[in-house]
Amino acid sequence: MFKSIALARGFKFAAVVATTLTLAACASQQDNAGDGAGGMGAGGAATPGSQQDFVVNVGDRVFFTVDSSDLTPEARGTLDRQAAWLGRYPRYAVTIEGHADERGTREYNIALGARRATATRDYLMARGVPSTRLKTISYGKERPVAVCDQENCWNQNRRAVTVLGGAM
Amino acid sequence: MTTTVMETTPATTRESARRRSTQGAWRRGLAVVALAAAAVAGSLMAAATPAEAQLRITVTPGAAFQPMPIAVPQFSGDPALAQQISEIVASDMRLSGYFNVLDPGSYLERTVGADQTPNFNNWKGIGAQALIAGTVQRQGGQVVAQVRVWDVFGGSQLVGTQVGTSADNLRRLAHIVADAAYSNLTGFKGFFDSRVVFVDESGPRSNRVKKLAIMDWDGANVRYLTRGQELVLTPRFSPSSQQIAYMAYGAGEPKVFILNVASGARQLVGDFPNMTFSPRFSPDGATLVFSMQKEANANIFAMDLGGRGMRQLTQGAAIDTHPSFSPDGSQIVFESDRGGTQQLYVMSAGGGGAKRISFGSGRYATPVWSPDPDNPFIAFTKQDGGSFKIGVMKPDGSGERILTEGFHAEGPTFAPNGRYVMFFKEEGGNAQLWLADVTGHVLTQVKTPAGASDPAWSPLQK
Repeated sequence: MFKSIALARGFKFAAVVATTLTLAACASQQDNAGDGAGGMGAGGAATPGSQQDFVVNVGDRVFFTVDSSDLTPEARGTLDRQAAWLGRYPRYAVTIEGHADERGTREYNIALGARRATATRDYLMARGVPSTRLKTISYGKERPVAVCDQENCWNQNRRAVTVLGGAM
Repeated sequence: MTTTVMETTPATTRESARRRSTQGAWRRGLAVVALAAAAVAGSLMAAATPAEAQLRITVTPGAAFQPMPIAVPQFSGDPALAQQISEIVASDMRLSGYFNVLDPGSYLERTVGADQTPNFNNWKGIGAQALIAGTVQRQGGQVVAQVRVWDVFGGSQLVGTQVGTSADNLRRLAHIVADAAYSNLTGFKGFFDSRVVFVDESGPRSNRVKKLAIMDWDGANVRYLTRGQELVLTPRFSPSSQQIAYMAYGAGEPKVFILNVASGARQLVGDFPNMTFSPRFSPDGATLVFSMQKEANANIFAMDLGGRGMRQLTQGAAIDTHPSFSPDGSQIVFESDRGGTQQLYVMSAGGGGAKRISFGSGRYATPVWSPDPDNPFIAFTKQDGGSFKIGVMKPDGSGERILTEGFHAEGPTFAPNGRYVMFFKEEGGNAQLWLADVTGHVLTQVKTPAGASDPAWSPLQK
């Protein structure tokens, strides 16, 4: 049950973690990129089926109310569009990132983020996206996109983001 | 003029249980022996017997509280060593919140050695109730400190002890000296000879770089255990202080790992398809409990670290997390939203019999059980009315006491003596470590090089 990796302090250790962290870094970069591209007119004429097309014309994220993982009618609308788009472009696998705002405790928020990602994944599955294309991960409150100590930031951070992965 | 008589057996019975158990023994390179009373021209014949009325600070919740004024003049002996040790001792005593270390500028004598009886009038004059004096010298590759704590107004010696160590271990030597003084003057066990593991925070708030770091309890001696390439959270010490369980974002979902502090070796705990988080060692170090996420729910599991057998401790559709053992290892407190919102529950360590203990307004989270079996407390984070609070309650849920309240305060961890909690406060995204005592009289920042969160206190070092 134990995977033991003996590491000399320092160099080797860094080498191992460096590979693993690329994944998290990519995910949050896309997340941030999505925020930028989601702005008015930023996309312009996005190539259909492109990442930009998904972010701008479909919407890559849904939002939640405080301490809830229930999908709002607006969230369902977004996910309906996501499911249709993913049906049209079956080459993408996706990772659904669940996030929480900063107004909760760390461990609970990690589990709450997982709940939000799960609710999002389940809805996409119910709309016909095969489970084999869907992965989930929770970042809890670790990766806010809006940074201020007010509700107008927190409500952007309570989110699930559908991040397009590489070709299947 | 005077001769210090060194003995390898206790000169008095005033030593703490801890000191007694380590009497004359080497503790990882630290030798501690009791010192006989300074024999000074017959003037201190009573010094070796307990004073009739022990000089002691009382710290009671709610009651008025004043830190005890004390003086810590520079030790005699090697001047460079003496200065360092006196400063660390003074800093420990001050940071504990129970002592007001008087300004050395007011001292009539700059240095007081262990080989002399102080001129008590000099210390009465500035209002010092206790005096910590000592001598530190190099002996070969060793540094040896002889220390005496004096009751200034009673004119008697309270502590006489000698601590020896290698020269690279000065801070520990000073912490042990300060523990002896603190313990005698408060009646509580010492806690200065301990460390804290925490998460060092840097970089932008939206993409924070987090590193595991370890430091002396007072914020000094910071050493980084990871380099920040991966997101790490919630480190927790093993009872031996040599291992740290924590959560890290590696490939795919985050998992619980165990890191050996000395060797740097780390191992993944279990090989599960799902996210694991919120680890905690049992008091005997044989078991690791943690949460495992499955779909929308998190349950608590226990893994036997020897045989690696797994046992599921909670079931059902809820977020069950943040488990923490009672000091005897028989019970576990944890948080769960099974009743609708986060609340605290206590169950048997084998799972089952979970009973809710928090019934105040708001949400209760991040419970930790005090390591002191004689003063059972559970510390927690409470969210109520838009603010965060750090508080303590008895394990049956009675006696709730809020220690501090603010925009964001989270994640208490108990000092080894159970008298203090360290936690983090956050404002404008900037996290810092703070210390509060369980009476609510003490609240002070523990300074760290950068942002800091998720502190976890070690047991007393061995």
